[in-house]
This record gives sequence, structure tokens and C-alpha cells, in this order.
Amino acid sequence: MMTLLNPIRLALVASMLATLMLVVLASQMAPAYAQQGAINPTASSVKEEQLLNALQSGGGANAISGRVSIPDAKSGTLIQPGGTEWRDFHEKTLPRIGAVAILGMLAVLILYYVMRGRVRISGGPSGKTITRFNAFERFVHWLTATCFIILAISGLNVSFGKQLLLPLMGAGAFADWSQLAKYAHNYLSFPFTIGVILMLLMWVAGNIPSQVDLEWIKRGGGLFGQDHPPAPRFNAGQKLIYWIVVLGGGAVAITGYLLMFPFYATDVSGMQTAQMIHGIVAVLFVAVMLAHIYIGSLGMEGAFSAMGSGEVDVNWAKDHHSLWVEKEQARKEAAPSQPVATPAE
Amino acid sequence: MARMKFLCDADRCIECNACVTACKNENDVPWGINRRRVVTINDGKPGERSVSMACMHCTDAPCASVCPVNCFYTTADAVVLHSKDLCIGCGYCFYACPFGAPQYPRVGNFGSRGKMDKCTFCAGGPEADGTAAEYVKYGANRLAEGKLPLCAEMCSTKSLLAGDGDIIAQIYKERVVKRGYGSGAWGWKTAYKESIAS
Repeated sequence: MMTLLNPIRLALVASMLATLMLVVLASQMAPAYAQQGAINPTASSVKEEQLLNALQSGGGANAISGRVSIPDAKSGTLIQPGGTEWRDFHEKTLPRIGAVAILGMLAVLILYYVMRGRVRISGGPSGKTITRFNAFERFVHWLTATCFIILAISGLNVSFGKQLLLPLMGAGAFADWSQLAKYAHNYLSFPFTIGVILMLLMWVAGNIPSQVDLEWIKRGGGLFGQDHPPAPRFNAGQKLIYWIVVLGGGAVAITGYLLMFPFYATDVSGMQTAQMIHGIVAVLFVAVMLAHIYIGSLGMEGAFSAMGSGEVDVNWAKDHHSLWVEKEQARKEAAPSQPVATPAE
Repeated sequence: MARMKFLCDADRCIECNACVTACKNENDVPWGINRRRVVTINDGKPGERSVSMACMHCTDAPCASVCPVNCFYTTADAVVLHSKDLCIGCGYCFYACPFGAPQYPRVGNFGSRGKMDKCTFCAGGPEADGTAAEYVKYGANRLAEGKLPLCAEMCSTKSLLAGDGDIIAQIYKERVVKRGYGSGAWGWKTAYKESIAS
């Protein structure tokens, strides 16, 4: 029995020894391999640097993303370098555009007022009036205008508030005011949008560019000198304002809703683009509206009542909307309901 | 003072998501918000890597730069924190953040954003250290107790490192030298304008 077992035992011991030696050898050799770089499990591994470079050379999406096992799928975006550019836009580009547009427009208006003064009605007010805007038109105008002013102030607060108001108000009061401004900005966007849509429908017929506008523009719209180029119900300047309101208002509304409803229609890079469009259009919009407010109030005698009482002086209308007055008067004369003046006898 | 940083060694991360769970539990993070998440790049392909990502507490933080109410501040340990009392929930920090850290609880109608929530490096907020008011708004203040963020402290493979930037960078460098490879400290170039040789 023993003689039979012995060779087997010997073989077993020998094989165990051999295994042990192999393990010892391997453990001594492993660090040497690593140092020589012979084993590199990351040879094909994804590297951040490569992905960032791929993005810069137009790799498509603006983010390095992967799979996440939490339900929030959008958190799969690991790094989005686009935020850096957006930061530069928000901190440098937009404040510059805004300051130049708004302060520039104010400067131009002050200069114009100093040079030209108030545009008077030539021949003075006649005392007779003609209806320019009915109650509904005026309601829509003031609905949109009120919303616009609050939206503009609360919007400018986001871009300029921390430089201008924060040092004056202190952190707590400024945050409370900004919170209120944000709510106003979000909620008033709805009536503002409705106002813009109503304006589009209500006034589009009178705002299609025509041949008369060319003549009006050629003569500088009567901005300089005492010239009054002929104009229909809306002159070329008003048509320009109209289309700025409709298209600019539409642009700020659409981009604003994209920001208000995050991830409904866009990802983060879409929201950055939306904010950039929203910001630029909005500051230019404010600048244009300053001119509109000036010429509709302080800048021109007799203009405000068009949107105030809805009635304008006939002489004012003859100055600024001669073709419209002719048409209105022709319509009135043709109307059968008008009482015909008869001799007293 | 230390300059606190996170470092995720992607060659060690096994995508166990324990850091995500630990963070949620330690800080009582609101439902629907994940201050930390694990993203798997090239999932199922050769060279797949998982990276645990949260707020990186950037040098010259973009969120702080764009905030319209200046609600961000940087602590002496270079941790980027914010005040939920000042935050108005505008979403701007989210647009600027390279790492998708800021998140907003959905409050009220439509997509309305509430007060922003993000990783605090387990360092609470502007309230007095360790108070109930601080915990409710920001979660634990482990740093004030002399502890590091829980996500990194309990990482089973020690893939996620948190602590003084110089020390964790040294640990990572030693690993790279010893094992002979490393896929880089993810996010460091973006957050700190530096990279660790790999």
C-alpha cells in the first residue's frame, strides 16, 4: 500500500511546489510589467481630454454624456463646456449690448429734444377731433404696454440689478425684490403674449409696407425740419415699430417660454441659446420702446391722446396721417347716416 | 487652510452608486434631486468608464459669476456654497455650470423653479454650523465636525476622493505611477484649470 501511495504523494507535493513558485514568480514580476507599461488596461479607455477635443472640433452635441441609472436621464450629461461661453455672454456681451443700446437711445432722444424740441401741430390745434383708436384697440395697447414695462424692469434687474441695485438695497432686500420681479416676469408673460397676438391680428392690415412708405422714408419721416410727408393710418416709422413689437415680442415670448418650462422642448444648450436670443432681443426692444414712448408723449404735441382718449385733433391728423384723414373724411361724406346740412329757411 | 476638491479615479469606479445613495441619505436631499450621480461613458463598449460627478467647487465658479442676486460664496476651505434665502430660482447657475450640479425642486405651476439645491461638500450653508435650520436647507455639515463628505468617505474602492486638493492629487499620482496607467482626473481641467499627469 505504502509503496503504491508514495509516488502519488511525491507528485502531489511536487505539483504544489511548482504552483507556489509560479505564484511567487508572478507576484514579483507584476510590478515590473506595470512599470514597463506592458500591461495597460486603459489603453482603449475613454479619456476626458479626447472627448473635450472631439467637442471642440465639432463633435456634434455640446456635452460629454453617458448613461445614468437614476431616473433623472438629463443628469447623464457629465460635462457641458458650453456653459463657459454662455457665462461670457451673460457677464460681458449682454451688459455691453444693453448699455450701448439703452443709454445710446436715451442720449439720441435727449439730443433730439434739445435740437428739435416738441413737434408742434402746424397751425395749432383746431379743436375738432377725429377718432383714431377705439376702446378695444386702446385696451390691447395698454395691456401690452403695462406688461412690457414691468417685464422690462424685472428683466433688466436680472442683467443689471446686481451692479446697480444690490449695493444700494443690500442683499436681503434685493433678493426679495428680485424674487417678486421673477414672479412678475413669469406670470405677466402670458397677458403680454396675448396682447402681442391681438396686435398682430388687429393692426396687420394697416401695417403692410407700401409705396407711400418709400416716399416717407426718403423725406426722413419729417423728423427734421417742418416737413410732413403724406402717410396713411400708420406711417413707415409706426409700421417699423409694429413689426418690431410683433416679431420681437414673438421672439422673446417663445424663448421665454423655453426658459420657463425647462427641458420640455430643449436641453441645456438649447436653453443657453434661448437665453441669448431672449436677452439681446429684449434689450434692443427696450431701446426701441424708449423712442416709441418719447414720440408718443413728450416728443409730439397731440400724439398722446390717440391712445389716451382715442381722439386726435384734425390738424394733428392732417400733419402726420394726411392720407388717412382724407380717406376718413371721404368715408364720412359718403355715409348716408350723416345728417345733411340744410339751409335755415 | 485647505483647498477642498473632489477627484474621481475612473479606473476604480465600479458604478455601485453608493456615493449617490450616501449623499441622499446623509443630506436628506429633496425628492427628485441628486446632488451626486454616476455617469457611465461608452457603456458596454471597450474602454467603458464610470465617473461619479457632483458640484466640483470650481475655482472662479461660473455659477457664482452669473447669479443675478450674488447668492453664492466661497468658504475658507474653497467650498462653493449658496444661500437659499437669497436664491430666486432663475436657473442661470444651471445654464453656466459645466457639471450640471444646480437643480431646482419643482414648485407651483408649470416648470417653476424653487430654491436651487446642489452639493455642499457636506459643509452646510450660511446658517450657524450644525443647526437644525442649516440641516433642513442644506443637509449635513460634516466639515464642521472634522469629517469629509460622506460620498468619498464610504466609497468602497476609494475611487472617489475628497479633501485637500494637493493631498488627493498626490494620492492619485502615486496610484498612476504604481499601476502604470490612469484615465485622468475628470473635470479638473474645467473646474480648477489644471490636470494631473496620467
